[in-house]
Amino acid sequence: MGAQLRIYRRRMRSVKATKKITRAMELISASRIVKAQQRVAASSPYANELTNAVSAVATFSNTVHPLTSPAHNPKRAAVLVITADRGMAGAYSNAAIKEGDAVVANLRGRGLEVDAYLIGRKAVNFYRFRNRAIAGSWTGFSDNPTFENAKEVSSALIENFLGESGADELHIVFTQFKSMITQEPLSDQLLPLADKSESAEPRGIMPMYEFESSAEGVLDALLPRYVEARVFNALLQSAASEHAARRRAMKSATDNADELIKSLTRLANAARQAEITQEISEIVGGADALASASAGSE
Amino acid sequence: MATLTVEVVSPEKRVWSGEATMVSACTLDGDIGIMPGHISLLGVLVPGIITVKTSDGNTSDFNMAGGFISVNKDRVSVLGEEIVK
Repeated sequence: MGAQLRIYRRRMRSVKATKKITRAMELISASRIVKAQQRVAASSPYANELTNAVSAVATFSNTVHPLTSPAHNPKRAAVLVITADRGMAGAYSNAAIKEGDAVVANLRGRGLEVDAYLIGRKAVNFYRFRNRAIAGSWTGFSDNPTFENAKEVSSALIENFLGESGADELHIVFTQFKSMITQEPLSDQLLPLADKSESAEPRGIMPMYEFESSAEGVLDALLPRYVEARVFNALLQSAASEHAARRRAMKSATDNADELIKSLTRLANAARQAEITQEISEIVGGADALASASAGSE
Repeated sequence: MATLTVEVVSPEKRVWSGEATMVSACTLDGDIGIMPGHISLLGVLVPGIITVKTSDGNTSDFNMAGGFISVNKDRVSVLGEEIVK
């Protein structure tokens, strides 16, 4: 077999092996998206009820609570960036990190110091490589987060928020799962509660509420849970987005492999044909030379 | 007869939802019972048992490790962690 042909065959074998891997990853991600989506849907009643309750308290009590009222002179802010633990998901992690950088730049522009909290090995490596300070990081659950994970993260954030000279603002950057094809990095202010009641349309008349035991007590208990629910929802949405991004990336990798195999097959065929043609012409040439040599000797 | 629309939800899923005639729970201030027509309420729940009397006469108990109850126009939402029926 000719050298050229052998090289083509070897490359085809390697591309085929890679294709098997990317195809398997595509299928795995595809099956996990559905489950991740269901978890997002299952967690939304809790998050919605909490949001309603929080906005009810915020609207109906004149209590001043550190978690609801913006600081007069904010000095620090905490930013939580949610990314993936593993790569092979296209621009998923990078997009979230970039969005996080934009939020941080914006906060710095307002003269705030920023504490970075990171979820996912990708973000941690990104920050470490650039020698940036990390206030806290968690890894290992980006593709299948549990509520326990969300609690752990939230308690660190709330601790920073309530501590002396702690953060005055809490921002979160995650990837919103819009559909199987669209996922968008998104940033949001968790605390203090942005006063959305003014910008949003009024949702009918809010009822008068009785608080058991007091408005402050309810807020004290409600807001950490609100943060937990928001973080949990962000984690779940990010996980669904991660799977969707990975599926898409692996699908295009599989398609590329198909294309490569096709063009390599063409090249290998041409090389084989060239080899055959060359052999024939060598045989014909040899036969001719023999014939003319024997004709001359007669 | 008026009924309450009750939802019992945990962070991970909706544990129970349906119509009920009465919900009783223990808040920080003590036990409360909620029946149709109750004033809007937001309460902090202590670890304990929530009892829901459903419209068909059965009762369901939920164990929970603390949470929240919100009542608004005969809609009752119980939010809690680690809810076990």
